[in-house]
Amino acid sequence: MLDLIAAFFIASGTVFFVAGTVGLLRFPDIFCRLHALTKADGLGLALIALGVGLLAGTPGEIFRIALVWSALAVASATCSHLVARYALRSGMEGRDD
Amino acid sequence: MTDPLVIFDLLLALSIVALAVASLSVRDLFAMIVLFIVFGLLSALAWVRLSAPDVALAEAAIGTGVTGALLLKTLHHLRFVAGGQGLRAGSGGTSMAPAAPVPVPVPVGVILANAAFCGLITLGLAVAFLGAPSAGPGFDALVADAMPDSGVAHPVTGVLLNFRAYDTLMEVVVLLAAVVAVWQIERGLSDAPAPVMGEVWQGFARLALPAIVVIGTYLLWVGAEAPGGAFQGGAVLAAVGLLLLLTRAYVPRPAHRGIARGAFVLGTAAFALVALLVASGGRVAFEYPLEHAKTLILLIEGMVTLSIAVTLAALFHGREPVALPKGGRDDT
Repeated sequence: MLDLIAAFFIASGTVFFVAGTVGLLRFPDIFCRLHALTKADGLGLALIALGVGLLAGTPGEIFRIALVWSALAVASATCSHLVARYALRSGMEGRDD
Repeated sequence: MTDPLVIFDLLLALSIVALAVASLSVRDLFAMIVLFIVFGLLSALAWVRLSAPDVALAEAAIGTGVTGALLLKTLHHLRFVAGGQGLRAGSGGTSMAPAAPVPVPVPVGVILANAAFCGLITLGLAVAFLGAPSAGPGFDALVADAMPDSGVAHPVTGVLLNFRAYDTLMEVVVLLAAVVAVWQIERGLSDAPAPVMGEVWQGFARLALPAIVVIGTYLLWVGAEAPGGAFQGGAVLAAVGLLLLLTRAYVPRPAHRGIARGAFVLGTAAFALVALLVASGGRVAFEYPLEHAKTLILLIEGMVTLSIAVTLAALFHGREPVALPKGGRDDT
């Protein structure tokens, strides 16, 4: 039962990653792409970490998975902000067409 | 097809080769570096699949993290400091990458010399690969037998800091030589002004700094019984230096050169001193007395970790901090 729930979480996390990748490839400008990518990073990784955490044996492992997730969430948000900030500063506009 | 992971491994291997080809053939330098970083991350994953987590950690921390930062810093230097025209050309347009630097024709002699060296290295690797016993037993059994004499519980650390400590000492010396060379060569270059990165970045750095210190120290400590160790911990701690430099919380001053030099040689000196002390007791160098083996190994690793962290951060900063003629440059 626990395996099934974990598999469900991991599978839905993967769906977010696939959607994020499609968005990265298909969206017109850098801001839309960042929007797609951060959703995949944030929610997709959270779901996968939840699934893997359910499968993990010891509390130490669960703690480390949570730590990895939180570090990645903060880093990914900061990176996206830096990319968007650089794009905005160097005069890149969102595309209207 | 017994193991579904075989498919994953094949995909991984194909992606690594494809990324290597792509990063060599793409024309934009920034894209090249990004592809190289992704290449490094997938290589780290490949090492995990080969059951070599120590190598994976080193590849991720040094081969990808620190090297990627060094390459990006070099690109920043090339575009905005050395050339100077890239900034203005890039700021006006709407393209993602700043304008490519004006290509300088490379002399044919340099190209031929480079090709010859690369060919020689490839040839040497091929000879070594073909000459190696194809399916030998390896040293696994020997290492496993000798582990009780090493003072630590993790075989990789036992090999690195006890059985082949001499090679590891040489690796530390190589890093020392690198930073000496950089400080000599870049003596006259002008400093690249660190870009201002904004409030969110500062907040991130404030949050990340203590976490990185804990993780780096943990990697060093856990090296005695699990994957980790001086090089991995040092590379992670070097990230602290990078963060401090990039947030301009720490600006290197000429007065700090002495401390930096001391930190550069600390690892090599401690390593060599321990070897000499052990040798003076009528033993072979690096034949640690068993009751002190763990203490000595941890002492060496700690000092080496500090050295590696400071050296890598100094390599990222690039040039020896010198007194500037006008005081206004280094102000935060």
